[in-house]
Amino acid sequence: MFRTRFTRRLPAAIAVAGLALAAAACGGESTNAGAAPAATADQLNPNADLSKQSVNVTVWDGYTPKELPQKVKDKLKFPLKIAIHDTNETAMTKLTTGGDSGIDVAFVSGQYAQALNEQGLLEPIHPELIPNLSNLYPEATQLSYDKGNKYSVPYTWGTTGICYRSDLVKTPPTSWKDLLQPPAWADKKVTMMTTERWLALPALKALGYSVNTDKDAEIAKAKELLVAAKPHLLGYDDTTFGDKLTSGEAVMVEAWDGWCPTTSEKQNIKFVVPKEGSDLWVDTMVIMKSSKNKEAAHALINYILDPEIHSWAAVNINYKVPNKAAMDKVEIAKGSLLDIKPAELLNGESLIDLGQASVKYTRLATEIRAQS
Amino acid sequence: MKSEAESRPVSPSRGRRLGAFVFLSPGLTYLVVLLLVPLVLVLSYTLFQRGRFGGVVYEVTGENFSRLIDPLYLSVLGTSLKIAGLTTLLALLLGYPTAYLIAQLPRKWKTIALVAVVLPFWTNFIIRVYAWIILLNGPGLLNSGLKALGLGPYELLYNQGAIILGLLYSYLPLMVLPLYAAIERLDPQLREASANLGASAFSTFRKVTLPLTVPGVLTGCLFVFVPSFGNFVIPEMLGGGKSVMVGNLIRTEFLSARDWPFGSALTLALVAVLVVLLIAQSWVARRA
Repeated sequence: MFRTRFTRRLPAAIAVAGLALAAAACGGESTNAGAAPAATADQLNPNADLSKQSVNVTVWDGYTPKELPQKVKDKLKFPLKIAIHDTNETAMTKLTTGGDSGIDVAFVSGQYAQALNEQGLLEPIHPELIPNLSNLYPEATQLSYDKGNKYSVPYTWGTTGICYRSDLVKTPPTSWKDLLQPPAWADKKVTMMTTERWLALPALKALGYSVNTDKDAEIAKAKELLVAAKPHLLGYDDTTFGDKLTSGEAVMVEAWDGWCPTTSEKQNIKFVVPKEGSDLWVDTMVIMKSSKNKEAAHALINYILDPEIHSWAAVNINYKVPNKAAMDKVEIAKGSLLDIKPAELLNGESLIDLGQASVKYTRLATEIRAQS
Repeated sequence: MKSEAESRPVSPSRGRRLGAFVFLSPGLTYLVVLLLVPLVLVLSYTLFQRGRFGGVVYEVTGENFSRLIDPLYLSVLGTSLKIAGLTTLLALLLGYPTAYLIAQLPRKWKTIALVAVVLPFWTNFIIRVYAWIILLNGPGLLNSGLKALGLGPYELLYNQGAIILGLLYSYLPLMVLPLYAAIERLDPQLREASANLGASAFSTFRKVTLPLTVPGVLTGCLFVFVPSFGNFVIPEMLGGGKSVMVGNLIRTEFLSARDWPFGSALTLALVAVLVVLLIAQSWVARRA
């Protein structure tokens, strides 16, 4: 289970690392997100005969229930075809090359939805066709890349923190500094992430900066901290940090919540969001402007927001879903990954695409990792 | 026969030319489509600017090349050369005696030995590299064995030594096979003659065997050096991501930084280094 997740979250990681910076460049994500060229909505017919339509979806492998196409066929009367993408990048290639991708609904991370919208490729969401939007937490409409869910509907969300072995740490970590300046008992038993934006995150947050900063002075400060941390690390790891924790090679690792193997038996693995704060990632559903089945696409999203369907992700792949009605159905163990409240999550800063400034982060990561 | 063919003027009949065309075209098509076209594409990308979703924006710039001489990237190149060079040297030191011994075995054992050399390739590369992690890591087999003897634990993993070990392990067969082919081909009578003329075993090796197998040595070195130089999996897995090699850099530029033009420039730099090596190899091989 752990391993399959990798393919799913890596895209998010990569996504963040590089996407669409234009928004930032024009001065502020929130003002921009809605003002993009996509804003003209088609007239949709709420009474359209859905059985004459069909929907193609592209999504990460294993991210939706296997029996979804059959259920949609039974309940909504139109055929649903699922295509798989392994990363946000692949999805973007599918969706941005050529005119009509043939895809009606795509699952991509928030920053990518933002970028697609800025390119005018998304159909605005017609809330009147998705009554189940009312199932979402109020917080789920306040996501900085798309306030008010104008062109995207959140599917899962989460954050980055420290995943640790409670049986091997002397004191549980509470701060990013525990990772950056590990105490003697954790020396060389700590890993940080490889991908640039997450590599920088602990240092930026420890210094009280934004994870989306493009200020050279702040990035330089963060670099100092990260360079000083390097000799005390076991390594940089985006993919196998969970294994390093279970084997006991590492006692604390920087991790995405869904990747922290808290469910592994025997061992006492816990996840904590450091007090300085962290990020907020969201995987979203969007409808392509080029879709000829927009009514059915809305009906599909509405169906996915049904608590019965949406809770599947929480129960089966241990991802938090931004759907109150769905989460209320799920039994949540105290201190489990699912036990992070929406309000807490919203304290995290959404990573936005930094445009040209993303080059600074790539360089930062190379400089640190090449440092001997 | 041979001289007749050579003296004939170069004007093959129409039928033969057609035949040549038919037989060459699959290979040629393969080379053009899968080698030349991508290479030209990569070359053209280096001239343009980075696109927002990856890809390129067709505005000409020289920046991608000027970035190459940045000390940061030169140091990455230096690290890669060092790691790949050491790996190749060690592979040669280990591979030559191995190939030499295999070549001396009776025929039946030769086959078995050669199969044994190739055997690791039957298992997936990643799995074999992963196995080293289990062997070498803190709570791993080697360290627990040493602990039982009252030694250690040592930091065997997540450093450049581990990278070299992993590369050496992965590519050693690529050194042994061409060396074996070269040594096997040697006419045993040459060595006998050398011995008859009073040369010691060592000077026979130094003055007869070694010079005659230089082409095999060079091929083996190239086979090991090239994949080691561009490798990015082993530095990531065994090096703990703490060293950056050219392969890692290219991968980052294409996948996470989505800077295709600079990634292409790096790729070209790598190809350039390898072309220089190939030329050097064929030059030395011809002189040897």
